[in-house]
Amino acid sequence: MSQVIHHDEHYDPEGSKIGMWLFIFTELLLFGGLFIVYSVYRYMNPDAFHLAAEELNTTVGALNTVILLISSMTIAMSTTALQKKQKATTIVLLEITFMLALIFLVNKYFEWGVKFDHGIFPGSEFMKAEMSQGEVLFFGLYFVMTGLHALHIIAGLVIMGFALARVQKGTVHADRPSLLENAGLYWHLVDLIWIFLFPLFYLIT
Amino acid sequence: MENEKHHIVPYRIYAIILLLLLLLTFLSIAITNIELGAFTVAGALLLASIKSSLVLVYFMHLKFDKAYIQIMVGLVILLFIAVVLVTFFDYYFR
Amino acid sequence: MQTSSKIPTDVSYLEYKGKHKGLKAWIFSTDHKRIGLLYLYSMMTLFLVGVVLGLAMKFELIAPGKTIMEAKDYNAVFTVHGVIMIFMIVIPGLPAVFGNFMLPIMIGAKDVAFPKLNLLSWWVYIAGAFLVITSVLFGDGSPDTGWTFYAPYSFKTGANMLPAIFGAFVLGFSSILTGLNFIVTMHRMRAPGMTWTKMPLFPWSLYGTAWIQLLATPIVGITLVLVALERIFGIGVFDPALGGDPILYQHLFWIYSHPAVYVMILPAMGAISEIIPTFSQKHIFGYKVLVVSTLAIAFVGYFVWGHHMFTSGMSGTAQYTFSILTFLVAIPSAIKVFNWISTMYKGSINVQTPFYWAASFIFVFLIGGLSGLVVGALATNVYLHDTAFVVGHFHFIVFGGVGFSFFAAIHYWFPKMFGRMYDTTWANIGWLIFTIGFLALYSPMFYLGMQGMPRRYYDYMEEFHAANILSTLGSWVMTLGLIIVIINLFRSAKNGPIAEANPWNGKTLEWTVPSPPPLENFDEIPEYKEHDGPYEYQ
Repeated sequence: MSQVIHHDEHYDPEGSKIGMWLFIFTELLLFGGLFIVYSVYRYMNPDAFHLAAEELNTTVGALNTVILLISSMTIAMSTTALQKKQKATTIVLLEITFMLALIFLVNKYFEWGVKFDHGIFPGSEFMKAEMSQGEVLFFGLYFVMTGLHALHIIAGLVIMGFALARVQKGTVHADRPSLLENAGLYWHLVDLIWIFLFPLFYLIT
Repeated sequence: MENEKHHIVPYRIYAIILLLLLLLTFLSIAITNIELGAFTVAGALLLASIKSSLVLVYFMHLKFDKAYIQIMVGLVILLFIAVVLVTFFDYYFR
Repeated sequence: MQTSSKIPTDVSYLEYKGKHKGLKAWIFSTDHKRIGLLYLYSMMTLFLVGVVLGLAMKFELIAPGKTIMEAKDYNAVFTVHGVIMIFMIVIPGLPAVFGNFMLPIMIGAKDVAFPKLNLLSWWVYIAGAFLVITSVLFGDGSPDTGWTFYAPYSFKTGANMLPAIFGAFVLGFSSILTGLNFIVTMHRMRAPGMTWTKMPLFPWSLYGTAWIQLLATPIVGITLVLVALERIFGIGVFDPALGGDPILYQHLFWIYSHPAVYVMILPAMGAISEIIPTFSQKHIFGYKVLVVSTLAIAFVGYFVWGHHMFTSGMSGTAQYTFSILTFLVAIPSAIKVFNWISTMYKGSINVQTPFYWAASFIFVFLIGGLSGLVVGALATNVYLHDTAFVVGHFHFIVFGGVGFSFFAAIHYWFPKMFGRMYDTTWANIGWLIFTIGFLALYSPMFYLGMQGMPRRYYDYMEEFHAANILSTLGSWVMTLGLIIVIINLFRSAKNGPIAEANPWNGKTLEWTVPSPPPLENFDEIPEYKEHDGPYEYQ
C-alpha cells in the first residue's frame, strides 16, 4: 500500500488470532439468524418438517459429516506438523484436507441434483402445487442453509489454497504460523456449522 | 510482543477426538430410529452440542488459549441462546 | 520495521508525501487519520443529500394535499432519506470518523491493528453507498418500503429493491470490519501501563459499540439476503402466501436494528464523556460506573428489539417482556446523564463551542430519552405507534444524539485534526441557529403525534396545519445553522489560525502530540505510570 508499509511488518500472532475469532463470531451469528428462522418454522410446522426430511438421504448426509470431521482433524494436525517443523507433512495434510473439501462439494452437487430432478428447488411450481406450506419452508431453508454452507466451503478452499502456497514458499513457518492457524480456525467453523445442520435437516424423520 | 511458546498438540489427541466425534455422529443417527417424542430434538441438539464443544475445545485450541478468548466464545454463545429464547417469548405464547 | 527510520516525525500526516500523489495519496492510504478524514468527507457529502431529501419532505408537508410531490415520490424520498441517514451516516458516524482518527492516538498506538483492513472497510463503505444510489438512479422506481424493508412489501413492490438491499448488506460488512479492527486494536495495542481501567471513555464506548457491530450486523445481513432470495426465487421464508411469517422478518430486522441505535448513541456518549471533563477541568465523575453503564447499554440493548413491534401481532407475553426490558435500558442511560452533570458540578467550566454542543446534546438527549419511555411503555405505544410522535422521538435521539455529539466532537478535535482553529464567533452563531431550528423542527412532531397524525403520509388533515408550518420553518432555520457551521469549518481547515497542540488543556493522550499529528502519532510510545490516568486534572 502507500506510505506506511512498515505497519504491516508488525507481526502479532495473538492479535490476528483474536481477529479471526471475532470474524468467526460474525459467521456464527450469520448462521445464527438462519437457525432462528429454522427453529421458528419447525416449531410452527413440526409434522411437515418430519415429512419433508424423509426426502433427504441420510446416508449421503452422514457421509459428508464423516468427510468434514476427518478434514477438520487433518487440518488441525497440519498445524501441529508446522510447529514441529515438518514441512512435507504439513503440506500433505493440507492437501488431504483440500481434497476432502472437494469431495464434500461433489457429494453436495449430486445431492442437490437429485432434488432438482424431483422438482424440488427454490421457487419450483411443483413444490407450490404438491407440497404443504411447511414442506416448502423446509426445502427453502434447506437450500439456503446448505447453500450458504457450501459457499463457506468454497471460501475455506480459497483460504487453504493461500495457506498451502505460503507454506510451500516458506513464508508460513513455525515462527509465523498465523495464516495456517487462521485457515484452520475457519475450517473448523465450517465443520461446526455442519455439525448442527446435519441433525436438523437429515435426522428429524 | 515476543509471543508465548505455542502449545503443540500431539497428533494422538486429534485422532482420539475424531474417533469420539465419529462415535457421537453414529450415535445420533442411531437414536433417530428410536421414538423419543418430544425429546428427539433435545437429544439431537445435545449430541450436536457435545460434538461442537469437542471441536471448539480441541480442534480450535480453546483449551490452550488465554482465558479471555474462552470467555468471549462462551459469552457469544450465551448471547445467541438468549436471543433465541427471547424470540420464543413471542412464538411460544402466541 | 526497516522503514521506521525513514518516517520523519516532524512532518504532519496531512503533509506527508508517500508513494502516491494527489487524491491517490488519500484513497490508498492506510493511515488511520487519513481514513478517518476520508470517512468524514464521504459522509458529509451523503449527509447533504440526506438533508436535501429531508427538506423536500418538510416542504411537501408545509400544506395539506400535494405541494411538490405525489404520494409515490414521498414514499421514495422518505425511504432513501432513511437508508442514507441510518446506514451511511449515523451507524458508521462517530466510530468511522473520530474512532478511526482518535482511537489509536488516545490509547497510545501508531495505528489500528489491521491498517489494510481499515482501508478496505472504507472502500466497502463506498461500494455499499454506490449500490444504494444505483437503486435510486436506475430501474423501475426508487425503493419505497421505508428504510426498514418490511416483508412482505419489500419483495412484492415493483421498485428497484435489490441494489438497495444488497447495498445495506455491504454497508453492514464495512461496519463489521471496523468493529473487528477496533476490538483487536484495544486488546493488543494499548500503551504500556494503560490498563483497561485507565483507558479513556471514548475508546471504551467504541469497544462496546464494536461488539454490537460484530454480533448484531450479521443477523440483519442474513435477513436481507433472505429478502433478496425471496424476491428472486420465492423461497417462502417471509411470504405469508407460502407459510412464511412476516413478523419473523420484523424480529430479525430489529434484532440488529435496535442494537444499531446503540451503535449510534454509545460513541456519541463517549465523545461527550471526553468533552465534559476537559471543559470542566475536572476528573470525570464515576469513571468506572460510566464504563459499566456503557457495557450494560450494549448488553441490555440487545434484548429490547421487540418494542418496535408492539402492534405487529406478537404475543402478549412478548409485548410486556420487551416493555420491561426497554425500561431497564433507560437506567444506564440516565446514570450517564447524572455523571456528566456531576462532573460539571464545582468544576471550572470553560464555556467554548464544544461545550455548547455537548450541553445541548444532554438537553436533546434527555427529551429524546424520556419520549422514548413514552413509546417504550406498552400501553402508550399502542396509541402512539406509527405517528409523528415516534418520528419526533427518534430524530431527537438519533439526529439529536448523534448530530449534536458529532458537532461537539468535531469542534473539540478540529484543532487536533487540521492543526488550525475555527472562528469561534461564527461557530457559536451556527450552533445557536441550528439548535433553535432543531427544536422548532422536531418538537411539533410530539404534539402532532399525540393529536393522531400518522407518519409516512404526504398528506394530512387541515387540523394539523399550524404545527406542520412551524416544523417546516424549523427545517429551514436548522439548515441555515448547518450551512454556517459547515462553511465555517471548511474555511478554517484551510485558512484558520494555527492551533496549539493542546488548546483546551485536555489530559488524554491525543493532546500530547503536535497538531496535526505526525504520520506515526508518537515519537516514542507513551507510558502510563502508576498515578497517570486520562482525566488527571488539578
